[in-house]
Amino acid sequence: MFAIYKKEMRSYFINPVGYVFVGVFLTLAAALCCYTTLQSKSYSTSSYFFYLILGMIVLIPLLTMRMFAEERKMRTEQMMLTAPVSITGMVLGKFLAAFTIFGGCMLVSLINFFPLYVVGKAEAALNEDSITHIGPVTAEIAGSFIGVLLVGGAFIAIGLLISAMTENQLSAAVITIGALVLMLVLNVLNSVGDEAEGTRLINNYVIRYIIDWFSMISRFTNFQYGILPWASLLYYVSVTFIFIYLTVRVYERRRWA
Amino acid sequence: MIKISHLVKNYGSLCAVDDISFEVERGEVVGFLGPNGAGKSTTMNMLTGYLSSTSGTIKIGGVDILDDPLNAKRLIGYLPEQPPLYPDMTVEEYLSFAYDLKGCKLNKAKHLKEICNVVKISDVSHRLIRNLSKGYKQRVGIAQALVGNPPVIIFDEPTVGLDPKQIIEIRNLIRTLGKEHTVILSTHILQEVQAVCDRIIIINKGKIVADELTENISRAVENTRRFNVKICGPQKEVLSALRNLGGICYAEVLAARDGDAYTYMIESEVGVDIRKKLFWTLAEKKWPLIGMEALGMSIEDIFIAVVDKTDDGKNDTAKKKRSVEVNRAAAEKEMASAIVDRTADEAQSRAESAEKDTDSDSEYYTDYTIKTDTFAGGKSEDK
Repeated sequence: MFAIYKKEMRSYFINPVGYVFVGVFLTLAAALCCYTTLQSKSYSTSSYFFYLILGMIVLIPLLTMRMFAEERKMRTEQMMLTAPVSITGMVLGKFLAAFTIFGGCMLVSLINFFPLYVVGKAEAALNEDSITHIGPVTAEIAGSFIGVLLVGGAFIAIGLLISAMTENQLSAAVITIGALVLMLVLNVLNSVGDEAEGTRLINNYVIRYIIDWFSMISRFTNFQYGILPWASLLYYVSVTFIFIYLTVRVYERRRWA
Repeated sequence: MIKISHLVKNYGSLCAVDDISFEVERGEVVGFLGPNGAGKSTTMNMLTGYLSSTSGTIKIGGVDILDDPLNAKRLIGYLPEQPPLYPDMTVEEYLSFAYDLKGCKLNKAKHLKEICNVVKISDVSHRLIRNLSKGYKQRVGIAQALVGNPPVIIFDEPTVGLDPKQIIEIRNLIRTLGKEHTVILSTHILQEVQAVCDRIIIINKGKIVADELTENISRAVENTRRFNVKICGPQKEVLSALRNLGGICYAEVLAARDGDAYTYMIESEVGVDIRKKLFWTLAEKKWPLIGMEALGMSIEDIFIAVVDKTDDGKNDTAKKKRSVEVNRAAAEKEMASAIVDRTADEAQSRAESAEKDTDSDSEYYTDYTIKTDTFAGGKSEDK
């Protein structure tokens, strides 16, 4: 597993993919942070993290598209599958490599909040007698940060499964983006319209509840308030593991086919 | 070392491998022959745990590949049909990855260097695999299979894309490996099997149709008695003399000419040693006999005969066989001249690299004994 992790990490940086991901992710994060907080004169980071998730829908597939599709195409998976490494180890190694790149970028992007804190401190110093808190709320940022990491993990797991099912990087990326966008669309459909005016698109409460329960986006809202609900934590971790498990099954299944 | 019993593999309704059983002992080199689509690669993929069997068992060193895949796979080095190379890695990085992947415990730098020397890729070790020629890629693939010095080595067409000199080197390597390791190789090149393997398994339509020691086949080859003879003298007269000579059932002129000497291919009747008689006949007529070479091409005949026999004999193959029989002389002529050329090439390259080869031969051997010792030590500790 460690050998595969090492190999994947290296291959991110001998290919342009790793640099593209890191570059675009950090630029996007910085621009979003600037736009949603400083530009719009707000200390709230909730829209920053929300837009970041939207960006991840396009960026995460960059990390996962190559993983299995390329190995299948180049027939190098034969080497891994005949080496003394379990399939679970192989999938986990790849997952961890993608997650390391993503997590690393997230850590670096924390630097975006530095000017926010500086400004917040200056403004608080001007209004010493203010009763309300002035400046960014650390708990909110921490909660959202953990939430985004979890969402990213789940996205990576979904991308891995799709990459394992295709033989072409590009189709892996496109299908992954499609699947992630579909989740977003479901979420939007769910909240379209107004209850009071009777213009709700989905009137059935049960369907709405189910979509809401499964939606990765609406689960995220709790984190934005600096809350770490067990249900949501468990939900994201489970989704990640289910998709990793399915990826392993895809490989097992192929052996038996 | 390898024990396969009643192995079956179905792809949907297609039966790729149909109830195969055989055993391979330690230190045996087994050649796996068969026409395209006979199930060679499928069998090898199952042996290495890449595919699962529909039914039947495979045991590597007593470990069932389905029950304990990790320990069984640890005993195998595998070169698939298409070498599993990462084009964006350098050879060095790639072998180091293979080393980590297999979880080896040998001295890394020394072990990898040894392997690079054995398959002669040291001079390209810093280059990207993407930029290597096919022969080098093939050799990197072979190197990858040797990493960790596994006791069982499985090669699927190892000499594809190599030049004649490299082919000889790889054959020597396989022969050297065969002293300590169990080697299975599949190939289309029949001479290769004859040159390298102790035992030949011919498989057709998913079934084993022949499992024979190479010695026995070679003996059969000697019985057919085909020779290339080089005789100085007028071509037509020599040919008619050869055809009229008792004991020769077939004679023809080959293209190769050398001064006033022509090369003829003759085939004697079964059980007749024509050589002395031929010599004296020619001596009487004062046509000097300047060369005589026994042809080992009958292994092809055996292969074709075996495969034809085991085919249903209803469809194209039967037709093809008939047309082959009709055109036999022409086909043989082509085959023979091709073989003459090939043998000449090989002989030449062998002569060129004769000294070097004998040297490197012993080098391979010592290399491997050192490594085998370390490996055997580690393995016995594991067990």
